[in-house]
Amino acid sequence: MFGIDPITLIVALITVSTPVLLAAIGELVVEKTGVLNLGVEGMMITGAVMGFVVAVDTGSPTLGFLAGMASGAALALIFGLLTQLLLSNQVATGLALTLFGLGLSALLGVGYPGQTPPVVNDPFPDALAGLPVIGPILFGHSLVIYLSVLLVAAVWYVLGQTRAGLIIRAVGENHDAAHALGYKVIRIRLMAILFGGACAGLGGAFLSVVRVQNWVEGMTAGAGWIALALVVFASWKPWRALLGAYLFGGVTALQLRLQAAGVEVPVEILAMSPYVVTIIVLVIMSSDRSRAALNAPAALGRVFHATG
Amino acid sequence: MLRLEKRPSPSRGWTIATPVLAVVLTMIAGGLMFAALGKNPVEAIRIIFWDPLFNMQFASYARPQILVKAGPLILIAIGLSLGFRAGVWNIGAEGQYIMGALAGAAFGLAFYPSESPLIFPGMIIAGALAGWAWAMIPAILKTRFRTNEILVSLLLVYVAEKLLASAATGLLRNPEGRGFPGSRQLNRIESMNNPELIANTGMHWGVVVAFIAVIMAYVLLNKHLLGYQIKLAGQAPRAARFAGVKPNRLIMLCLGTSGALAGLAGLFEVTGPAGQISIDFNVGYGFTAIIVAFLGRLHPVGILLAGLLMALTYIGGELAQLMLQIPAPAIQAFQGMLLFFLLAVDVLTNYRIRIKTEGVA
Repeated sequence: MFGIDPITLIVALITVSTPVLLAAIGELVVEKTGVLNLGVEGMMITGAVMGFVVAVDTGSPTLGFLAGMASGAALALIFGLLTQLLLSNQVATGLALTLFGLGLSALLGVGYPGQTPPVVNDPFPDALAGLPVIGPILFGHSLVIYLSVLLVAAVWYVLGQTRAGLIIRAVGENHDAAHALGYKVIRIRLMAILFGGACAGLGGAFLSVVRVQNWVEGMTAGAGWIALALVVFASWKPWRALLGAYLFGGVTALQLRLQAAGVEVPVEILAMSPYVVTIIVLVIMSSDRSRAALNAPAALGRVFHATG
Repeated sequence: MLRLEKRPSPSRGWTIATPVLAVVLTMIAGGLMFAALGKNPVEAIRIIFWDPLFNMQFASYARPQILVKAGPLILIAIGLSLGFRAGVWNIGAEGQYIMGALAGAAFGLAFYPSESPLIFPGMIIAGALAGWAWAMIPAILKTRFRTNEILVSLLLVYVAEKLLASAATGLLRNPEGRGFPGSRQLNRIESMNNPELIANTGMHWGVVVAFIAVIMAYVLLNKHLLGYQIKLAGQAPRAARFAGVKPNRLIMLCLGTSGALAGLAGLFEVTGPAGQISIDFNVGYGFTAIIVAFLGRLHPVGILLAGLLMALTYIGGELAQLMLQIPAPAIQAFQGMLLFFLLAVDVLTNYRIRIKTEGVA
């Protein structure tokens, strides 16, 4: 159809999805502890610029990814200190983080647009990646993509199967009860917030260093917000976040291909489709009363102030 | 060790003092940022906050610009503040602003080259309606399907931006513009122009409407039952429900009002200071207005002052760019920082800091 090769489409889909998936899986953990961080977009874009700047300056993509993670976590730390220690409103603070991150990233990236980042090597040998059909789909990606899937598995395992996960969920469901049981609510939340920031930062760095291979001001273009929507779509379940991210990536990759193929649909209509699809999916998920209400962490967004 | 003790009610003194404290802290942190960029911090802060007002070399240009930039910020922030008070988070004002500008311009251009005096009022109504309609999407989805209005309103900004790009290069493109994107110059067409009402003040119809909005919001919040319901719904949602406040009606009202005001701001901008529909005529007022609303403590008079201050940072930022070659995004980071500091020092409004001695429970 329209001369689009399904295999290249699937490969593109996985690449397009990964930044959003990384951000979403981080935010999922944050929300599981009962914290709503709306600053994902700001952390992602800061990760994108720092990852790009460090990768270009040092010639090492790995250092770039680490820088992206560190800068995302650094921004998340501001959010954590404000919301957890100074008890600020999470919605307002998250918005502040996004606005600040957009400005800061543009400032840090002055002079970098158009620079070429170092090439990221794929971990598998060409012989494997060259296999027909499954080669490019399974073995033709950079390491971060495999890491993102492993991360989903790890989050699923930790949240659902371990004692640590039980504590995280307890804090997110009822922070007062968790506090009474002796769990360090604020410490656990701060760690989750840092983890979420590092994930968003890595997603951003992947976007600039691997996917786009350039730095453009505002290049995340709402990916952080889509990651937030994905968490709702996933009903706070890690594997569903993966599904949602790939679904979103599929729509994005397909519309990009259709644009390139010169289909008789205005470019703008195609370009807005990922956002519209995200909204529609959000509506479908939230309209199911039982599912939406059962899975959302009960303490999500509420301020915790220990009085005892 | 320090311990926070919740105040029975927010401190009045700190409510007023915290924005001032936040501005001072932002100046210090911003100064450090400018120093890190290799600029003289004292000079940079002076250029941003002092020179646009009092340096005679720049003031004649800069002073009118304050109202030009504060107008849309105040108008949007007033609308947002109603929702923020009620716990309804419209963060997609930028999209409603774009849609208001688009619909208003489309209405006017549809009658081109008519000289009828009814065209500009018609454009104003179209702009307000379009902003309202764009905000009703998250409102209806929220009330009917409980969909999160934060995400929907924000995602619709990107949809609006794509529509803007489409209109600027297609439907509304100037047929005599030699194929360049962008509409006709609305501010050069007599029937669609939003002129400077008093020479060298920057005062245009959008600023007038912004001032009216401030007064109306003040009356609404202090003298009207609806204003009381908005405040109650934000502070005690359960109590509000028992008091007969209908949450869905409030959501529709808050989102609708803020959307209409943002749409108006967009219309006045595109017929006045911006002058035409172009791909990037919107400069983020819809997002900066969020900072203005919080900095103004969601209070109409506070928002008026905060809008003027934020307009000053825009103009001072441009001046600093010119004089010190400070990159333009620095001012955006500076504005974001301001909101951080405000939220941080706000702890003083709601909590008392006590020193806890060991061993005493």
